[in-house]
Amino acid sequence: MKILICISHVPDTNAKIPFKDGKPDLAGLTFVIAPYDDFALARAVELRDQTAGKLTVLCVGKAETEATIRKALAIGADDAIRVDAEPTDAFFVATQIADIAKKNQYDMILTGRESSDYNGGQVHGMVAAMLGIPCVVPCMKLDLNGNVATMYREIEGGKEVVQLPTPFVAGCQEPIAEWKIPNMRGIMTAKSKPLQVVQPVGVTVATQVASYEVPAPRGNCKMIDAGNVAHLVEMLKSEAKVI
Amino acid sequence: MNVLIYIESENGAPKKSALEAVAYGAEIAKGQVVALASSDTATADLGNYGADKVLQFAVSGKLEASQVAELVAQAAEAQNAEVVIFAKSILNDLAAPMVGIKLGASVASNVIEKPDFSKGFVVKRSVFSGKAFTEVALNNAKKVLTIKKNAVAMTEKGKTAAVESFSPAITASPVQIKETTQKTGDILLTDADIVVSGGRGLKGPEHWGMIEELAKTLHAATGCSKPVSDMDWRPHHEHVGQTGIKVSPNLYVAVGISGAIQHLAGVSSSKTIVVINKDADAPFFKAADYGIVGDAFDIIPKLTEALKKAM
Repeated sequence: MKILICISHVPDTNAKIPFKDGKPDLAGLTFVIAPYDDFALARAVELRDQTAGKLTVLCVGKAETEATIRKALAIGADDAIRVDAEPTDAFFVATQIADIAKKNQYDMILTGRESSDYNGGQVHGMVAAMLGIPCVVPCMKLDLNGNVATMYREIEGGKEVVQLPTPFVAGCQEPIAEWKIPNMRGIMTAKSKPLQVVQPVGVTVATQVASYEVPAPRGNCKMIDAGNVAHLVEMLKSEAKVI
Repeated sequence: MNVLIYIESENGAPKKSALEAVAYGAEIAKGQVVALASSDTATADLGNYGADKVLQFAVSGKLEASQVAELVAQAAEAQNAEVVIFAKSILNDLAAPMVGIKLGASVASNVIEKPDFSKGFVVKRSVFSGKAFTEVALNNAKKVLTIKKNAVAMTEKGKTAAVESFSPAITASPVQIKETTQKTGDILLTDADIVVSGGRGLKGPEHWGMIEELAKTLHAATGCSKPVSDMDWRPHHEHVGQTGIKVSPNLYVAVGISGAIQHLAGVSSSKTIVVINKDADAPFFKAADYGIVGDAFDIIPKLTEALKKAM
């Protein structure tokens, strides 16, 4: 199996996002593989091992993303491709992924259900539409038998078991696999695994970020005495007007 | 500018989120407001919230997102719709970007307000899992939006929509559904006006009865924190937070949840937040509108009783 895992390079989800001059000021933050992508990567490594296949990690980003890409190599990807460009929007990123997928004919393309920075959740659907192959999101379990995949897909209020043949795109989420922590051997070998840097294909700009805004902090929390819950009911009715 | 809205329905009626999408479409359209619904969906409410026309397609089992995308793209072209609107849902979140590719449209997800037309077509959406908002300009002639709950006020327009039938060409999907497990009759988390969530403070799954009772009294959906779903006290589809479901109800009640930043990310766009926790230093109180410090096992039954009397 030829597997492509697409990862985003995002600020650590524990971090508060500082803003400076109306823009996120990410300079001082730690960057990680986006959490959902990390789940997808963990399962991709297992499926690569099971099928004795090849796992390629792909990231659209500038040079600073290479530490994050090396981490994916340390976790178990065999080689890496970095498209040397700012991931400006979902359409741009999906176009780059689809272009590389057309050249390399992967059996499956895995990614997270959304990135934890821009939360678009669009890339997997766009890639599938561009390639004309099916897409399953959110994929919570993925098993392979020959070229047939069985997946659990979350639906509102429950789940479905679905089956489909390769090739496909899957947007993954927990509990598809446990996050993997790179071991010392992985970290050492990652340094010498191939990381190819390619130029982006041209794309018309579909969307542009115009400005940012930080949510207004909530007013001071009104504390209500534990012995007087009726007062809370009163406040929710007459003040907040939500019941 | 014509607007097309894709309607998800349940038991023959449009989902509430779909009616919100119709209301949103009616607010921004400068031409026809067209709702696209399966032929077994009641049409009265669609007109009432602002649809001029309902385009009905025959139902042939459950559609995959790729099939919804084909259907919607064909309808958008037939109706000369410049803007396509979906209410946020698992299926629509996948169908929307596919429609975007088919139509060559700009796509924006998680839109929380009406577009700002003074600067072109600019929408506000939540980013960094609710830690910030961004305004995004959609440059292409056609636009596809998925809107979050409460993106627009629901106003009844009292229209009666004309009904037309529509026969799209749908390709068979290679995805076969083998089994479906779904709790029916419950209010869906993403659709609920009120959400009651429980955390580790409840000490075990056997204590969820009182959460469910409170939720029932409030006509609310039930949610939970990540540790609770990780420990299998509750199913994953109830997990609210950064890596779970993000909700934006009118009222969010958190019981025994300390308020880790990842949980707050999933609830920060709620209108009103109530936190009940025995630890007065729980960080959640800083992100709440109303708080009670105390033992959930004591407070929740009393609160449920008080609500029953008041509602």
